[in-house]
Amino acid sequence: MITLPHYLILSAIIFGISLFGIVLNRKNVIVLLMCVELMLLAVNINFVAFAQFLGHQSGEIFVFFILAVAAAESAIGLAILVLFYRQKGSINVDDMSSLKG
Amino acid sequence: MTVDTLMNFVPITPELFLLVMACTTLLLAAFVRPNSQACYFLSQLSLILTAVLVVHTFFVSDQGMTVTAFHDMFVFDYLAMLLKVTAIVVVFFSLLYSRSYNADRPMSQHEYHVLALLSTLGMMLLISAHGLLTMYLGLELFSLPLYAMVAMRRDSFRSVEAGMKYFVISAVGSGLLLYGFSFLFGVTGSLTLTDIAHHIAGAYASHDALLLIALVFSVAGIAFKLGVVPFQMWVPDVYDGAPTSATLFVAAAPKLAAFALMFRLLTHAMSALQAEWQVLLIVIAVLSMLLGNFSALVQTSIKRLFAYSSIAHMGYMLLGLIAGTSLGYTAALFYVISYAIMTAAGFGVILLMNRQGVDINELDDLKGLSTRSPWLAFIMLLVMFSMAGVPPLLGFIAKVQLLEALVQVHLIWLVVVTLLMSVVGVFYYLRIVQRMYFEEPVTEEKIHYRLDTGVGISLNGLLMLFLGIFPDALYVLATHAISG
Repeated sequence: MITLPHYLILSAIIFGISLFGIVLNRKNVIVLLMCVELMLLAVNINFVAFAQFLGHQSGEIFVFFILAVAAAESAIGLAILVLFYRQKGSINVDDMSSLKG
Repeated sequence: MTVDTLMNFVPITPELFLLVMACTTLLLAAFVRPNSQACYFLSQLSLILTAVLVVHTFFVSDQGMTVTAFHDMFVFDYLAMLLKVTAIVVVFFSLLYSRSYNADRPMSQHEYHVLALLSTLGMMLLISAHGLLTMYLGLELFSLPLYAMVAMRRDSFRSVEAGMKYFVISAVGSGLLLYGFSFLFGVTGSLTLTDIAHHIAGAYASHDALLLIALVFSVAGIAFKLGVVPFQMWVPDVYDGAPTSATLFVAAAPKLAAFALMFRLLTHAMSALQAEWQVLLIVIAVLSMLLGNFSALVQTSIKRLFAYSSIAHMGYMLLGLIAGTSLGYTAALFYVISYAIMTAAGFGVILLMNRQGVDINELDDLKGLSTRSPWLAFIMLLVMFSMAGVPPLLGFIAKVQLLEALVQVHLIWLVVVTLLMSVVGVFYYLRIVQRMYFEEPVTEEKIHYRLDTGVGISLNGLLMLFLGIFPDALYVLATHAISG
């Protein structure tokens, strides 16, 4: 029997993977974008699981909005990535070092 | 549609109008020549009309009452009215100062104005958001255009890099906030702030661990958006790399929207958890003041200096929420409004100093500004003194109110830390004043700016002086907004 905590643990694991992916990744900017998407998917699992177990549809509706916004977000991310590649000829995260933070 | 459904659309008339105008501007952009100013005038006109509509809708259609719409997901109250009008005015001034800067550089000016309008629309939605869904949509609508605006100078790698960094870090911030929201929904089973507040107040006796997770992630997400420690790393890079016009846009108005998000989420929805979020905010505020002020001391770039000072100022602003009284909230609201006005004027002066082919970014570029343009130097002086908290300017009144609110709740040690940090702040603000007034200019060239821009920056600068001497008007508005 799969219960609510199982879903929550799964989404926590996915959320953790995406967070580590963003922090540790030093190679590829596309991987960063993938991690951002993964993070939103972890949130979606949470919402759907809660909506299912509480019997409120509003959580499932929220997921549709997240999916739509995530699509717009990755469109902008990829557009900036194209500019990035035109300037540098590569998509290495390490190239993002002209600004010292 | 029934009459009840139609009534939902009354409080969002200003937003709908701005949306239509943004689309019209986008259409117009397709038909006019690249160097035409039509889009600029249309967007400024839309902003003015939207501000008028906000005031009209609130006082005439809603008769000055708090109105909720769309199943309690959207609220139009005094706070929303005040913040919306302020945000629109700040955006108006931002576009005014940016005009020549954008025209002199290879940037898509028409798209810049459309993005600015859409981002303003997102801010207005976020300011009025009264449910988790509207908060998320408002937040994304105001953030997404900003990424594009930061990366607008396609010929400059610094701009593109800043855009990429802003995008990734801001997306992580949204992810954290949403993760917090999902637990908030899971614990309370509702998406509207009113229901969530009822639920938390009733269920809190059990010390729900999920509720604390929701709180921590929500606060982390908000901290990302406000740009405070420990999520401040994007602020200096974005301010530095972005075209200065975009820096001004990112620096001023979004802080107002982020304040509304934080205020409604923490004090409306999670007021029962006040003891918990107070601790979190104290840590964030103290670290922000320390890191912001001490890092600003060693900067040689004026944009980075403003970035670190913004981290410090957001730390000060949090003090009002930490106090947890309506006096404290009023002080925080007053502070965030004055910060937006000061930032607009500060970056405005920098933007006006820019010429074709010359980008002002170093502190040394300000050397001898008093001989090159005495009036701009005077306005920068007002900004610096106001940010440092020198009487009789706006920043002084704002800080005194914060400290007063803290003294009332007996957080004396926090008052002492704030005062010490303000002294550190005075040091680097005065360094700028010293460069402007007591050092020889690098070039003798006079600074020319358009008449309308000059009138705008003068109004903005004198507003700081005026509100510093007569703060009552703004203070009454802020008190009214907080007490409802």
